[in-house]
Amino acid sequence: MKRFSWFNATSLTLGFAFLYLPMIILVIYSFNASKLVTVWAGFSTRWYGELLHNEEFLDAAWVTIKVAVFSSTLATVLGTMAAYVLVRSGRFVGRTLFSGMIYAPLVMPEVITGLSLLLLFIGIGLDRGVFTIVLAHTTFAMCYVSVVVSSRLTSFDTSLEEAALDLGCSPFDAFRLVTLPIIAPAVVSGWLLAFTLSLDDLVIASFTTGPSATTLPIKIFSAVRLGVSPEINALSTIMIAIVTVGVITASLISKRASVAQQRDEQAAARTQ
Amino acid sequence: MRRFVLIALPYLWLLCLFLIPFLIVLKISLSDTALARPPYMPQLDLAAGWEGVRAFFGDLDLENFWFLTTDDLYWKAYLSSLQIAALSTVLTLMVGYPMAYAMARAAPEWRPTLLMLVILPFWTSFLIRVYAWMGILSTEGLLNQLLLGLGVISTPLTILNTDTAVYIGIVYTYLPFMILPIYSALEKLDESLLEAAEDLGCSRAQAFWLVTIPLSKNGIIAGCFLVFIPALGEFVIPSLLGGSGTLMIGKVLWEEFFSNRDWPVASAVAIILLLILIIPIILFQRNEQKQREAEG
Repeated sequence: MKRFSWFNATSLTLGFAFLYLPMIILVIYSFNASKLVTVWAGFSTRWYGELLHNEEFLDAAWVTIKVAVFSSTLATVLGTMAAYVLVRSGRFVGRTLFSGMIYAPLVMPEVITGLSLLLLFIGIGLDRGVFTIVLAHTTFAMCYVSVVVSSRLTSFDTSLEEAALDLGCSPFDAFRLVTLPIIAPAVVSGWLLAFTLSLDDLVIASFTTGPSATTLPIKIFSAVRLGVSPEINALSTIMIAIVTVGVITASLISKRASVAQQRDEQAAARTQ
Repeated sequence: MRRFVLIALPYLWLLCLFLIPFLIVLKISLSDTALARPPYMPQLDLAAGWEGVRAFFGDLDLENFWFLTTDDLYWKAYLSSLQIAALSTVLTLMVGYPMAYAMARAAPEWRPTLLMLVILPFWTSFLIRVYAWMGILSTEGLLNQLLLGLGVISTPLTILNTDTAVYIGIVYTYLPFMILPIYSALEKLDESLLEAAEDLGCSRAQAFWLVTIPLSKNGIIAGCFLVFIPALGEFVIPSLLGGSGTLMIGKVLWEEFFSNRDWPVASAVAIILLLILIIPIILFQRNEQKQREAEG
């Protein structure tokens, strides 16, 4: 490691300090007894207690989770279909338009996506609420899913599918028994990505929701506009904790899977 | 038959929920504001037959776009969005490149961990990461407390609610988008090329400038676009960290829609923003395609 100099070490240390210090400070101050967010007045879990009794936040959290589960599941189904069509289906009428519509939402500013969906829902007279947010989130999340899944689909051998078809599988069975298990990791990470995007979205949800459904980001945003509050610090800490545990677990599982795969491959190579 | 369903389902979904809504925005941007529900004119009256269609198209005009050019607010907002997005892209590159470089030079067994440390913030709520800075940058905030305590400054600085806070927010939240493509370009870099350059008489700095930078060019370009494009339409960061003087077009559009309730003008603002974005997006796709051709 002759090129790993003090300069590299410094830039990594400073860079990671920059990335993590704000969040660490947030976590520390969520245990602050004082109502003033910037004055430290001793350790307390008071704000977590208050949060648990705050009906508005709990309701918003429940709406958010419902929306995220429905929209990410729907987005995974549609996105996987779209990826399969793009990678496997060759030519069909309007293919360019289709692939354009898959990639365009990824770069479209959220304010525009939100505005256009709202105008559509008003135009067709659809009552806004959980259902319309689910529609909106599914639309942009399916594009992310299809990008993740199609990169996996392009990298694996089509002869496996062809073999299944030759051996008498119906196309659907070939997909279910051969293709799906192989692309499963990509489908799962697509779902997780869609889920996180939905949990996190403020702008599109604000445009497409009605008075009946407030998601957590909308709630946080309106609270935060009035200033920093210890309750929001507590809420943020819980969300950071969930994400950290989730990502670390996922990466440990995938690491174990890849170690197991390597071991199998080595064993297979020895027996040959 | 199955194939048809497979194609039709996602296709129709995107047509109905992506393309058609966009066409509606285009149409409303050409309409006039009206004090009715919905608050714009004209409405397509299909019951009136061909006459209705002709009256509908006859009433569309570019008035809203003219309005945008007459009011200073809008073009200033576009210009200042462009400036904020461009400058924060450069700043993100300056912070991200050394990190990506150091990661690519780290011991191979360390790289997955470092990579995860970069990706982890990406999974954490964007809103919360922006919010975290509010407590740090405010007048009584930790940064001011620290600087006062160290004796660097004697009166607290105003950072929150200024453009500076917006730059900090964008660099902070988009940093992973810059690091990842540069890292993946640098990781592939062949160490022997640098040794060759040094053997041929380059200094380390020259080798870095003449070999490393050009070979990571595609990563730099991809990273810059991935930061610049979303930063241009940013709404959350200027609303939470910026001040009343911070003009960004995403925020203007939001206010035009929710506060002024002027739907036609909001739609026109959206259309122009898209037109501005199309250029970098096309450039980005060209670059991606070139890269793929070069690799494959």
